[in-house]
Amino acid sequence: MAITEAPRIVTSRIDYEDSHTLERYLATGGYDGLRKALAMAPEAVAAEVDAVSLLGRGGAGFPAGRKWSMLRKAPTTYLVVNGDESEPATFKDHLLLERDPHQLVEGAVICAYAIGASRVFVFVRGEFALGLERVQQAVNEAYSHGALGRDIFGSGFSVDLVVHPGAGAYICGEETALLESLEGKRGFPRIKPPYFPASIGLYGEPTVVNNVETLSNLPWVLVNGSEQYNALGEGRSTGTRLFALSGHVRNPGVYEVEMVKTTFRDLVYAPVLGGGIPGGRDLKAFIPGGASAPWFGPSQIDLPLGQDEVAAEGSMLGSGSVVVMDSSTCIVRAAWRITRFFWRESCGQCTPCREGSGWLEKILRRIEDGQGRESDLDLLMDVCDNLSPGVSWPPQQTTICVLGPSIPSSIASGIRMFRDEFLVHVKDGVCPFD
Amino acid sequence: MTDTPVFDPTVTSHHGIAPTREGTVTFSIDGRDVTADAGEFLIAAAERAGVFIPRFCYHPRMKPVGMCRMCLVEVSGPRGATLQPACYVPVGEGMEVVTTSEKVRKAQDGVLEFLLVNHPLDCPVCDKGGECPLQDQTFAYGPGESRFLEEKRHWSKPIALSELVLLDRERCIQCGRCVRFALEIAGEAQIDFLGRGDQVEVNVFEDHAFTSYFSGNTIQICPVGALTSTPYRFGARPWDLEQVESTCTLCAFGCRAAVQSSANRVTRLLGIDSDPVNQSWLCDKGRFGYESVNSEDRLVEPLVRLDEADGGELDPASWAYALSTVAKRLSRIRDEHGPKSIGFVGGARLTNEDAYAWAKFAKSVIGTDNVDSQLSDGLPAEVVLGLPRATIDEACSARCVVVLSGDLREELPVLFLRLRGAVVDSGVPLVELTSGSTSLTPYAAASVRYRPGEAAATARALAGGTSSSPAPGGDPELRKAIEALSRVAGAQSGEGVVVVIGRPSLAEHGSLVAEAAAVLAEAWPSARFLPALRRGNVMGALDMGLAPGLLPGRVALDDARAWFTDAWGAVPDERGEETAGMFGSLASGTMKALVMIGADPLGDFPDSVLAKNAIEGADFVVAVDCFLSPSAALADVVLPAPTVHERAGTTTNIEGRITRLGQKVVSPGQCRSEWMIAAELAERMGGDLGVASIAEIWEEIERVAPSHAGITRHLLDRPASRDGIIAPLLTTKVSLRKKDTLDRIDPVATPGIISVEVQGAPLGAGHALDGQDADGHGANGHAGSALAAPEAKGEPASSAAAVRPQVISWPQQVQPTRVPPADSYSLRLVAPRRLYDDGVMLGACGSLMSLAQNAVARVNSHDLDRIGVATGDSVRLRSSRSSLVVEAVADDEVLRGTAVVEFNLDAGDTEGAASLIEAAQPVADVRLETL
Repeated sequence: MAITEAPRIVTSRIDYEDSHTLERYLATGGYDGLRKALAMAPEAVAAEVDAVSLLGRGGAGFPAGRKWSMLRKAPTTYLVVNGDESEPATFKDHLLLERDPHQLVEGAVICAYAIGASRVFVFVRGEFALGLERVQQAVNEAYSHGALGRDIFGSGFSVDLVVHPGAGAYICGEETALLESLEGKRGFPRIKPPYFPASIGLYGEPTVVNNVETLSNLPWVLVNGSEQYNALGEGRSTGTRLFALSGHVRNPGVYEVEMVKTTFRDLVYAPVLGGGIPGGRDLKAFIPGGASAPWFGPSQIDLPLGQDEVAAEGSMLGSGSVVVMDSSTCIVRAAWRITRFFWRESCGQCTPCREGSGWLEKILRRIEDGQGRESDLDLLMDVCDNLSPGVSWPPQQTTICVLGPSIPSSIASGIRMFRDEFLVHVKDGVCPFD
Repeated sequence: MTDTPVFDPTVTSHHGIAPTREGTVTFSIDGRDVTADAGEFLIAAAERAGVFIPRFCYHPRMKPVGMCRMCLVEVSGPRGATLQPACYVPVGEGMEVVTTSEKVRKAQDGVLEFLLVNHPLDCPVCDKGGECPLQDQTFAYGPGESRFLEEKRHWSKPIALSELVLLDRERCIQCGRCVRFALEIAGEAQIDFLGRGDQVEVNVFEDHAFTSYFSGNTIQICPVGALTSTPYRFGARPWDLEQVESTCTLCAFGCRAAVQSSANRVTRLLGIDSDPVNQSWLCDKGRFGYESVNSEDRLVEPLVRLDEADGGELDPASWAYALSTVAKRLSRIRDEHGPKSIGFVGGARLTNEDAYAWAKFAKSVIGTDNVDSQLSDGLPAEVVLGLPRATIDEACSARCVVVLSGDLREELPVLFLRLRGAVVDSGVPLVELTSGSTSLTPYAAASVRYRPGEAAATARALAGGTSSSPAPGGDPELRKAIEALSRVAGAQSGEGVVVVIGRPSLAEHGSLVAEAAAVLAEAWPSARFLPALRRGNVMGALDMGLAPGLLPGRVALDDARAWFTDAWGAVPDERGEETAGMFGSLASGTMKALVMIGADPLGDFPDSVLAKNAIEGADFVVAVDCFLSPSAALADVVLPAPTVHERAGTTTNIEGRITRLGQKVVSPGQCRSEWMIAAELAERMGGDLGVASIAEIWEEIERVAPSHAGITRHLLDRPASRDGIIAPLLTTKVSLRKKDTLDRIDPVATPGIISVEVQGAPLGAGHALDGQDADGHGANGHAGSALAAPEAKGEPASSAAAVRPQVISWPQQVQPTRVPPADSYSLRLVAPRRLYDDGVMLGACGSLMSLAQNAVARVNSHDLDRIGVATGDSVRLRSSRSSLVVEAVADDEVLRGTAVVEFNLDAGDTEGAASLIEAAQPVADVRLETL
């Protein structure tokens, strides 16, 4: 239930106990979108999707239709589904994989049909044991049902889908690292150019890489049409979007809300959504779009949940995870925990990220442990600057991929918004929240 | 259903794809306009324009990966100037590049600071200290002091990646050069990154050793002291090292190397980037073989065998006594039994000058043509010298390359690297004719298998198939080979086809391979051939006439009789015997004396029984050697000789490329250069070689050897001849290839090489260059120009009628060798060679000696099953000659009806395949017996 009256597009059936089964899926309109798509020309399907402003839900927010249109023409092309959701506090694809895997399969086949993919690979985070099981089960059922494989629904269109479990690295959510991993190699992001897998992707062939949630929108778009989709939301941010809400809220969870028409305040405080901060404590800060995103303060709580609106304020909706930090939060500790994550997940390829992440983590830990010096604040900012010159948004980078320049977000936010709190750690030699 | 994607793990990732565009572009760097090739990487274009951009992971011989981020510079783009890695950004028209801005300086400063965060800074005890790119670039571009207070990362160290390579993971900066070399250049992904983030380490996989023959290259290109070699580790400080540029002669490929020494001990060899040859790589045998130079087991004084009455042992003697003993005995035998009764074998480890001196001594002073630098382990000399020759570059850019040789990774390792690179990087189709799988098999468009004895028939089928449509059915690999060749434009004439021709197996007579070569040469008149003979300077020795029926300069004895009679005074009356023939005559007593010039027939001659009978049957045996080899130990007189790094001169590789050797250290004890020994013996036997220095010898070679005309000392001395000169000089288009970028050394690509301008000791002391040579002999005075072969000049003094003879050409008439049919109870023996053998040289290398394996008998499981033998069982192999006991290994890559036993490895406590082979037979058949 959302604040607005928008329909639930991707979570319409998750309240059913058996939402993951083919039976339930078919009983709730499943595969109607695919049947409709197969009755159209592939170009028409692509045009329908291009007509909606379906911004990629994986983090970068690149319009799906445009991504498809960039695919280089070649005899062999691939669709890769990015289900390697691994960022702290991000768990919305997790829900879709476990609770509505058929919707993903249907969306993937619609996409494969529209772009003429030779094969679909679904890369699922290895730790999602149930998700993997359910997706594989759905794939098996889809094959038996004629929705996958040879001559899908008698249309003459054939495509196979392979489910590939990840091996436990956050970096493989980066699309080129994911492709390397799929190819059986170390998950090192590829250097750019080539900038887009759409020209050189999996096994060197043109490849579309789409997020789970992005593709899960397609059945609804096909059934209801682009006009209805575009009627939701505002500007470029049309439709609904999943937000994974966590931190200091009464009702953490995944919520599907209409974009732009809903604000961060709605998400955090509405009784049907976050339900507010427990204990009546004050909001201290919140992360609007995952661990890579610069933080917002209380003054930005009324911003609408729209991609461009958030970008204009110097952050991003990113992976759609919103983390609420109330007045009991130690900012140093929060920045350290996020930095520790990036340190452990840096692939180790580029020097600044490999060495900088660990160095920053050590400094932050030292400050949190009461061993900091006042000069450490400038040092932190300067090391951040060497990872991301200017420490601004959108970030500049000295590395191959954006993991490195994501590291400064939490540190710079913490220091810029709560410099005094850092200094208290230094002066008192102890964390005031301990 | 769609096709399953084909994934080839040997193909490196899609990293490093540079757009290839034709033409040039103009871009600006630091405000200066520069022209570069379109698609060229910025780092290389900038370097040629004189702007050195610091780097660690970039290596000019490998694909860029953009990992270290040291080469970040500001590049103008659609979003304004951004920091981009120069190693990976291709230059574009109008691109504006800034390398000196504050932003660039801060980024480079930052990267260096990051690199040092976890680097131990143990420079004072680090092998790399003093020649370390991290050290040097920290001085040049890095921060003055450290802001890092935390504890550094710790690893246990060092760890042994192999017998030769040790890794200090704390020093490692994760540039990936070693990992990329192993995968990209060597094609062996035996080392890789493990772990992630700042816990990334280079390591081997569990239970998989780093056994690559090329492992030492990873040490050479390591930009820090993370990788060290067991032989060099803690052995010297870089600033104490002296260096000459030289050529490795442990095989005939001719890798250029920087030979470094400290306190008259050779301490290290580093590969020099010679573009047409080794492109900076060395094999481990070449790299670490110098240990034998420093060996305590070297011969350091002449030895003369005592009379039986005095015990009959080899006893130290003076040079005067040893030489007069040899001269007296050889003179007496010549007088009593004629010059033909004296035979000379060996010479492939000599310099060209040494070889010439010995050829002149044997053929002119003594007057015998029983001279052979090959131990019947190669190919007939006329074939090698007479076939139209290809260069290595031509082989690597051929429209199709056909390989009929031993396993090149075992015999000419860096040729394997070059050909592998040609296949993988340039898509050159490679077809091999072989009796078993080789290191090139995975890269071959077709691997046609033949049983020993069928080389010519297989060559005929291959060549025949390209001129007519292939017969249906038959060997599918042969069909694939014919298809690969038929796709090549001009395949009918062999235009663009290069045949690498060597000796696939020592159990298959060289004449059989020669026959196959003749078939191909006749079928493809435009094809060229690259000889794949293995032994050191075998090509130079053959060029210098150390072969029966030949005289210096690739001329036939009969064609050149008048010319050399003028030059030398006398030449042999008739053609002599190859080594196998000589050994037969020595064993039967028709020949009396044997001179072994750096030869160990007991270890290297295919038929060890005959070799033993020959040495024992000879009345008088002389050995000139660096070690007391098993053969030398049976000699009557042993004369100590210097090793390669102890003498100047020239050497010649498989292409005919003549390069200069540098003398780096002084020989131990009383070693004497081989040419001096020949000159002394000549004088004591009443002759005169007429030479007093190697410079004089070279001048004489240039004057009298037709294939070497015009290749003056001056030409060889020029800096532009750094990569050597290919003989003969052509009248058209001999390009002295010289990459501009090699003029300056890239200290980060090849850390440790002091200067590529140092050419080593001059060819002989005290002989100033003849001024008129400078413009006379062919050289046009600048690089890349065509050189004209000189008009006949400097004729021998008394020449009135003698005309400079033509170099031989081949094929001439080839008599087919009759191969006996195989009987169904026998297996036909295949005896290929391995890189690490049980030879005397490797035995003197502490680090390499343990790498030689034991010989096994690899047999198709079908044949093993027939007699109920399983892998691991000991079996007896019995030939008409002898028998030996080895372990059997089932290997279905081995053809049915054949058995593969490595030639140069011991089989447990018995000697290897050499005891099974009968030199006079075209093939060797063995029975497999259970014990």
